[in-house]
Amino acid sequence: MSPLGAESRSHSSAFLPAQCRCGCAPMTHLGPKRVSNFPVRNRCVPRGYLLGGSLFSARSCSCFAFAQASQVPDIFKPASTPADAIHRLSVFVLIITGLIFLVVFSLLAYAVGKFRNNAKEDGREPPQVYGSNQVELAWTVVPVLIVLVLFFATARVIHSIQQAVPPPGTIQVTAIGHQFWWEFRYPGLGVVTANELHVPVSDPRQRTPTFVTLLSADTDHSFWVPQLAGKTDLIPNRVNSMWIEPHETGMYVGQCAQYCGTQHAKMLLRVYVESPEQFNQWIAAEKQPAHSADAVAAGRQIFEKTACINCHAISGSVADGRFGPDLTHLMSRETIAAGAASNTHENLKQWIRNPDSIKPGSLMPAMNLNEQDLEAVTAYLETLR
Amino acid sequence: MSTESIALTAAGEPAQPLSEVLYSWVTTVDHKRLGILYILYALLFLLIGGLEATVMRIQLIVPHNHFVSPQLFNQLFTMHGTTMIFFVAMPVLFGFGNYLIPLMIGARDMAFPRLNAFSFWLTAFGGLLLYFSFVGGYGLYGAGTAPDVGWFAYAPLTARTFSIGHSTDFWTMSLLVSGVGSIGAAVNFIATIVSMRCPGMTLGKMPLFAWMNLVMGGLVLFTISPLTAAQVMLCLDRFLGAHFFDTQAGGSAFLWMHFFWIFGHPEVYILVLPCFGFASEIIPVFSRKPIFGYPIMVAATVAIGFVSMSVWAHHMFTVGMSAYGNIFFVVTTMAISVPTGIKIFNWLGTMWGGRLQFKTPMLFCVAFIFQFLIAGLTGIMLSAAPFNWQLSGSYFVVAHFHYVIVGAILFTIFGAFYYWFPKMTGRMYNEKLGKLQFWLFVIGFHLTFDFMHVPGILGMPRRIYTYEPGRGWDIWNLIVTVGVFFQAISTLVFVWNLVNSLFKGQPAGNDPWDAWTLEWSTFSPPPEYNFARTPVVRSRRPLWDLKHPEDPDWEFE
Repeated sequence: MSPLGAESRSHSSAFLPAQCRCGCAPMTHLGPKRVSNFPVRNRCVPRGYLLGGSLFSARSCSCFAFAQASQVPDIFKPASTPADAIHRLSVFVLIITGLIFLVVFSLLAYAVGKFRNNAKEDGREPPQVYGSNQVELAWTVVPVLIVLVLFFATARVIHSIQQAVPPPGTIQVTAIGHQFWWEFRYPGLGVVTANELHVPVSDPRQRTPTFVTLLSADTDHSFWVPQLAGKTDLIPNRVNSMWIEPHETGMYVGQCAQYCGTQHAKMLLRVYVESPEQFNQWIAAEKQPAHSADAVAAGRQIFEKTACINCHAISGSVADGRFGPDLTHLMSRETIAAGAASNTHENLKQWIRNPDSIKPGSLMPAMNLNEQDLEAVTAYLETLR
Repeated sequence: MSTESIALTAAGEPAQPLSEVLYSWVTTVDHKRLGILYILYALLFLLIGGLEATVMRIQLIVPHNHFVSPQLFNQLFTMHGTTMIFFVAMPVLFGFGNYLIPLMIGARDMAFPRLNAFSFWLTAFGGLLLYFSFVGGYGLYGAGTAPDVGWFAYAPLTARTFSIGHSTDFWTMSLLVSGVGSIGAAVNFIATIVSMRCPGMTLGKMPLFAWMNLVMGGLVLFTISPLTAAQVMLCLDRFLGAHFFDTQAGGSAFLWMHFFWIFGHPEVYILVLPCFGFASEIIPVFSRKPIFGYPIMVAATVAIGFVSMSVWAHHMFTVGMSAYGNIFFVVTTMAISVPTGIKIFNWLGTMWGGRLQFKTPMLFCVAFIFQFLIAGLTGIMLSAAPFNWQLSGSYFVVAHFHYVIVGAILFTIFGAFYYWFPKMTGRMYNEKLGKLQFWLFVIGFHLTFDFMHVPGILGMPRRIYTYEPGRGWDIWNLIVTVGVFFQAISTLVFVWNLVNSLFKGQPAGNDPWDAWTLEWSTFSPPPEYNFARTPVVRSRRPLWDLKHPEDPDWEFE
């Protein structure tokens, strides 16, 4: 598989993920001289080869200008070992298919241009040709050979990803898909959280990949953070698994990729890749039971006496429901409602007042609290750091 | 070779009252009338399905749009997919097959005319049942509750727990009913092609369109049957408390996936094979050359038929099959690209050295080759399982299969409409409007489906009613939506061209394209009995032999 290896080397030198996450358009990094020389070729390698058309390169370049780089879950900006392997295979497949496209398209364009009916020769039929065994044999054998090459390249990557053995420092996470949010449990570490997964960055010398066991509480879902790995489905009555091994710190976005019901669109997903120190700090904080302040005792009482506790758990309190996200450290999360809204006072209040106004069809009911109780409950939740 | 067809002219008969005309259409068992009924029925649903797509694209034109509710959006993509596959693509192809196969093989009618009518009315009833869900989804109170489970209706979303009311019942019953209709049609196609060919027409002298439909019929038998069985099981789950797919009672979501995709992937070939047939009839006529490599075309078709039944789980690369399971389906999926590639090369070989006439049907076929090439190449990308783990379930896949279903299948269907319209109606369509429609559709198609690949690569999943801003998806979704309007206008031009030409078109004559297959030897439109005398053929191009007695095909085949 030397083509794959070669591609990976040339690519990694051209590809500087650190540039992409700074929020600037990549053009600024390349400098005017290189742009005029060879317009952002490096960045366009992945998609530029797709179908070989200039159309495609144009789009692949301009797409960076429209969004914060950190938020574009681009499969051609991998930041994790399995995503890298997929990326190398993808580029290889794109090159092969791009070449096929060029050859066949040229033949078609030539035929259309060359054999167009000429009015002068009207009325006469062209020579009637019925076929040619040699030619037909050629265009059978060549595709067979191409298929063989593609197959071996693919099988190799399937093996490297699906049959990887977890090294000693592996973090184990169980991800459980719910309509329409993610539950993350760290069985070895005694931590439960929702929607925002925290994992350590992996150092090649001391690998700390994260192996994720995938379960579903209700319907099919699919775990997809494009920059970290391909997607794997979460299917009821079935245990699936996948792994990531990020080599860059940062926040990576993804979302549910298997239609799971009304609010499939707002079942968003974030992965925070942190330095080992940060990660350990986060784990230590998450392990603590919920902080309980007297100032919000009223809110806590309302929470514990209404239906909230049927679905939500807050460790150190009577709330131990499992249908909804664990709220023990709600305020450590940047979003609520599986990423549908940022975690602000107003959004939190609005979410409790009327979840449908943020996420129509979500399974959380409107609690019909009066304004005073609503404020008290919100204040209580805001102490759950 | 004697194809001079002497019509016993119907002119001079008194005009029938409308009720009589309608009665004769409803009770007809004539393959040509049933063919036209299938086609009109499919056209009606094409407009409905297209409208649903347009509404979805308006919703997605900007992030966080509020044009439709999430519930309605989910119903729209379910109805759009189900409609387009089961009530547009299949009926329109059955319609053309019904109309053309007996004419092409020199037969009087299909083998089982009454089964033919029965199959059509079952299919038609299935479509009505599906759309009745809009008013009956909750048992007549609470309208607007069409199914929202997606067109492949993955379990357990279809279980009673997750799908209350009757919308899913309408979905499953409608596919059950129309599935039986499809099986009836397939039996008829196979029996007709195998046993009703005119004297001299051996299997090796049959038009390629008939070959492709023969293989298509076989595929329908082997793949609609599991789908229909799965619908029966789903009905048992929903009505009688069985637990085949009810995961909360230990049922298997996985089982449904296998049942659905063992139908679902061959279904693509069920749809595309007749379209290969259209292209294999139209391209030679407008290249003025016989099809290049007829035997290998037949062999490739049969190979596709067999291999297509072993590729289904490439729709399931992300569900957590073992590495060896994945590798098996990578091999079969990549292997099917070989016979498919052969076909593209053979069409090119047919054009090569020909005298190409770019009438509207040919334009659609050339665009078909170009787009089918791209669809095949994105298919190869998807067949590489690890690449698929990224692309599956994203907008890249949506773009890929629309490239097949619109770029290849719908384009050749448009081509077939223009090519056989003169035969079916006796009148010529308007060539200028035809070309206008072609270019509008090409522009719209490429705006929509070229650019739809990009958000998939940037991580946009399919079936989301809205999306977050700032993920680099906005501009692509805008362009995609703009393209839809070109396609919508183009479709209206198409319908106008058909309707207007039906009444005001120039008389077409029996053989406007100087073509070579038997349907062009009889009148336009053909009389009820098709041929006054049973034709006898000696080659694959009987009309070439007739027109060129000095240089007949049968000397070379």
